[in-house]
Amino acid sequence: MENNKSGMTLFVKTSSRLVAVLGLIFGMHIILHGHLAPGGGFAGGVIIALSFVLLILAFGKDAALSKLSLKLASNLENVGALLFLIIGLLGFSGGAFFLNVLVKGSPFRLFSAGTIPLNNVVIGLKVGVGLFVIFLTLVILEKSKKEQ
Amino acid sequence: MELHILLIFMIFAAILAIEVKDLLSSVIAMAAVGFALCLAFLILKAPDLAITQLVVELLCLIILIKATIKKDLPLVIEGRWLFNTVSTLVFIIVFLFFSYIAMKELPVFGNPTMGLVRRYLLEEGVNKTGAVNIVSAVILDFRAYDTLGEVAVLFTSIIGIMAILRRKGRKEILEEDTNGK
Repeated sequence: MENNKSGMTLFVKTSSRLVAVLGLIFGMHIILHGHLAPGGGFAGGVIIALSFVLLILAFGKDAALSKLSLKLASNLENVGALLFLIIGLLGFSGGAFFLNVLVKGSPFRLFSAGTIPLNNVVIGLKVGVGLFVIFLTLVILEKSKKEQ
Repeated sequence: MELHILLIFMIFAAILAIEVKDLLSSVIAMAAVGFALCLAFLILKAPDLAITQLVVELLCLIILIKATIKKDLPLVIEGRWLFNTVSTLVFIIVFLFFSYIAMKELPVFGNPTMGLVRRYLLEEGVNKTGAVNIVSAVILDFRAYDTLGEVAVLFTSIIGIMAILRRKGRKEILEEDTNGK
């Protein structure tokens, strides 16, 4: 991140370093409050992916890849998809697929609504990492075409 | 009233996106259509859809610009002017005819047909799931099986993109590894 050769100018780097962290936190907030306020796993995951895309645009491909490599990203995506299926299969302990077996809790609390927050977190992980992988693949394709 | 202004704005922006020569301007005009759609969702009291529309539009805008900014799409119009105009007109007439038939079957705006389901969800949704956000309760509890299908679709699309766009095939990587050792 220290070499100034790759990526954009210093202004873009400094401001995007701040905005990317804020975007990451905002995406997590949207995911965790998905059962209380508008939002949810999909929107929050896309916001998290956007903060990583911002890092790629400002610092170049290598800086973002050092934070989250392509292999780790694709592994995380597989884990997200599997965990969602496992939460669905967990419902069979109560008798039906995707049954809300955990404790409901009182409404308007962060820890309430049984499996819905867990589903939100898993879908947010999967969507965020998945869209990041799509963007990364497009960028790598463009770079490799330039090299030829 | 605001809805009609937004719809007229969206139609003009969409026409602009087709007619403009520069690819970057066309992408930005499409983003204007998306933002107007986001505002329309907000006016129709659907904040969940508005958030999703906003972030997806933003991401698609960046991805489209990043992926297409260096390439020019070849557009061949010369020589086939008459054929293109006639086929476009025929398609527009057929599309308007069938959409008129389909529009007659739709329920009146603001009066959905499934009133019973809506009332049940609004009254019993909080008690059944404990989630205050009914949209979240529907897509992750009542209709979670559909969401599993969506997750499978996204998963398959990412596998397809990585398989098509990767730089080297698995065989080449294996051969390079064995040669290097």
